[in-house]
Amino acid sequence: MIEEYGKDPEVRGAPDHIGGAPADVSLLEAQGLTKTFPGCLANDQVSFTIRPGEVHALLGENGAGKSTLVKMMYGLLRPDEGQLVWEGRPVRMESPSVARRLGIGMVFQHLSLFEPLTVLENVALALPGRWNPKELRARVIEVSTAYGLPLDPDRVVHSLSVGERQRIEVVRCLLQDPKLLILDEPTSVLTPQEADQLFNTLRKLSAEGRAILYISHKLHEVRALCQNATVLREGKVVAHCDPRGESPESLAELMLGTRVAPPRRAVTVAQAERLVMSNVSVTTNSTFGFDLKDINLSVRGGEILGIAGIAGNGQGELMRVFTGETTLPRHSDAVRVDGVPVGGLGPIQRRQHGMAFVPEERNGHAAALEMALTENAFLTGFKKLRLTLGGMIRAGKTLDYTQRVVDTYKVRATGPAADAGSLSGGNLQKFVVGREILQEPGVLIVAQPTWGVDAGAALAIRQALIDLAAQGSAVVVISQDLDEIFAICDSIAVISEGRLSRARPVSEVTTGEIGLLMGGIHGEHAQAAQ
Amino acid sequence: MIHLVPRRQQSKAMVWGAPLIAVALTLITGGLTFAIMGKPMGEALYTFFVHPLTTFDGATELIVKASPLVLIGIGLSLGFRANVWNIGAEGQYTFGAILGGGLAIFFHESTSPFLLPGMLLAGVIGGMIWASIPALLKTRFNANEILTSLMLTYVALLLLGFLVHGPWRDPDGFNFPESRLFPDAGTMPILIEHSRVHLGAVFALVAVGAAWLLLGKGMTGFKLKLVGSAPEAARFAGFSETRMVWFTLLTAGGLSGLAGVCEVAGPIGQLIPTISPGYGFTAIIVAFLGRLHPVGVLLAGLVMALTYLGGESAQILIGVPSAVTGLFQGFLLFYLLACDVLIRYRIRFSEGRAA
Repeated sequence: MIEEYGKDPEVRGAPDHIGGAPADVSLLEAQGLTKTFPGCLANDQVSFTIRPGEVHALLGENGAGKSTLVKMMYGLLRPDEGQLVWEGRPVRMESPSVARRLGIGMVFQHLSLFEPLTVLENVALALPGRWNPKELRARVIEVSTAYGLPLDPDRVVHSLSVGERQRIEVVRCLLQDPKLLILDEPTSVLTPQEADQLFNTLRKLSAEGRAILYISHKLHEVRALCQNATVLREGKVVAHCDPRGESPESLAELMLGTRVAPPRRAVTVAQAERLVMSNVSVTTNSTFGFDLKDINLSVRGGEILGIAGIAGNGQGELMRVFTGETTLPRHSDAVRVDGVPVGGLGPIQRRQHGMAFVPEERNGHAAALEMALTENAFLTGFKKLRLTLGGMIRAGKTLDYTQRVVDTYKVRATGPAADAGSLSGGNLQKFVVGREILQEPGVLIVAQPTWGVDAGAALAIRQALIDLAAQGSAVVVISQDLDEIFAICDSIAVISEGRLSRARPVSEVTTGEIGLLMGGIHGEHAQAAQ
Repeated sequence: MIHLVPRRQQSKAMVWGAPLIAVALTLITGGLTFAIMGKPMGEALYTFFVHPLTTFDGATELIVKASPLVLIGIGLSLGFRANVWNIGAEGQYTFGAILGGGLAIFFHESTSPFLLPGMLLAGVIGGMIWASIPALLKTRFNANEILTSLMLTYVALLLLGFLVHGPWRDPDGFNFPESRLFPDAGTMPILIEHSRVHLGAVFALVAVGAAWLLLGKGMTGFKLKLVGSAPEAARFAGFSETRMVWFTLLTAGGLSGLAGVCEVAGPIGQLIPTISPGYGFTAIIVAFLGRLHPVGVLLAGLVMALTYLGGESAQILIGVPSAVTGLFQGFLLFYLLACDVLIRYRIRFSEGRAA
């Protein structure tokens, strides 16, 4: 059914045409696009064609070069080599405004909205030229109802959910009547239900003859939505195919280049509670964060608890309560490790009680980029591994430990003296996770363990977490990636608007239920809605 | 269009090369400036940079001038590493001198061997008190220490002016705005005979040694670097930023106060309205020129001390205004900052307008 292509990929099979466009008409054609960044060939001779009215998937792992490619197509980056052909004519995408004039709209993964302004103001700011506010309001309402994107033009953005915010961006693009709409990982911030809603909108747009370039690494979405797919791996096009005719496994293989084995999960025996959090409420210090309300959880030795949730629902606040960056001086009992109250303690003392942490942001939070790996190893290990003596750093011991992390987790670096910032994202993540695991923590809290990490590294990290739990440690995984949670966790809880749902065994819940919880419907409601 | 593009790898050699290049460029620009003023370039440069070192007086004065610069520079470099921008060393220096000098004025008939140690201690405490104000404002109200420490400098200078014009004026001093001369017991011992080199030079060297130990292999150096380069990571590691702010400000304040009291108890010998040719500000340049490294600060302190002496000798021997000192210090800072930008970024020229 599928062929892999080498240097010179070809389109195979006749693509479907919705909107009745003739087969030989191309809307946008990329011809041999190449882009090099210092030390990295991001795109290598990438060619593919988008036809009017098709939903075209750009499929690839994190770091495969998808973002670079679409940035060139939207005028944010200029290719070193190759050209873009728009409706049969070569064009130079000098800037996003050129792209917009041609009829290309783009919805970014990271939304660019002004939070203190209203929906209407945000739309008006993004449009070229002057608009009569009344007219614009009418247009916004018209477009948003026509495409099933309900929006109240007068709501202030910071009061909206991420799904609603994304609708603003989509509506903003649609007001300019684009012929091609590019969406970069649009569902990474959506609940499954919101994603379904978005798919309906996209199908409607495609039926009108608008082309959609859909960037994703989620195979089931691509199979449900797209008629054509271009698969990127390490900056190169490795295949063109019809995703509907492929199995998720065959697509994954194309994307990853190897057969992916799921992580091994050992059977765990119920042990004593190692981490308990009871009735934790914290007021956030961030304007757009969420207060934590009455958080309860307990994790046993050998157990991996997954905390699912859409980004920005209190995960950051919760992580700081775990690490001790936020302390609870008057409720030390609210966080207990092996029965010892640690709520009032800071990070250093908590680590002495056997805790270890991997925060979500590796750049500048888990690791100091301008400092050497040895210094970054010292950062969390100095007390537990006794890396100091009378206020002086024991250089030899620190070096040994760093080398051990690098060797055990196959961190690719020029050596222990390399700056953390010189490592690729995946390698730094392996280092940061490995640094904690080698300290043999009794309780490990890890947020987004495989965020932006290539498949091989992700597999290694997940296996390391499973192995740690198998040795009797309690592990908490805070992740937005439901597939990851279902793959490695024993139980799952959902955080939404600062509240944490009751944890339930993974085997007893469905993705649908979790989706409802992520959208903010709690407990009994979720069950009733099933 | 000119673009500054971040370099992926910064040259380690250039980090230390930059101060040397900056000094060289300063010499060239300085020479040209002399030439424009109609002075023979070679002779003028010789007078400015070499002549002061050829005499016994000049060489020893270099040490006298470098001592406060190095003391203060060491203190400031600790803070700058941790992104604590104490710009008010001049004020801490002044308040240290006021407190220490006040002790000498109060006990002006004393012959006690404890007077000088007491004054030195009072100087350190004075500097610390003055630095604790911005520290408190920063940690408590998140007030920017650049502003508060700088403003407090003027408060300290005005306070000194008030004291020597008023309550602390020498009763036998014909109404000149100056205090009594300090008693012998309140005067710094001289290290080199027939010169003004005093005990302060030893303090400066001790400070360099201590900082070198602390920063090179110590936990403290690690914390400062971490707080400075990745504050989030420092919090994650469990180091308190508040404590770092207090530590760096108090250390810099204490060393500045010590420099201040050494100066009034040494070369000056009394309190007068102007007790510093801007040591507290020049020390900022010293800290950066020395790459915030203790040994670098020592060398940079000597270079900057030379600009003071050079200005004087150029004024006397070739008749240029003593403002050339400030000019040369400005050149040096300008070139150093420019070199630093080029270490971090490379210049790319492109045709047409940017997107």
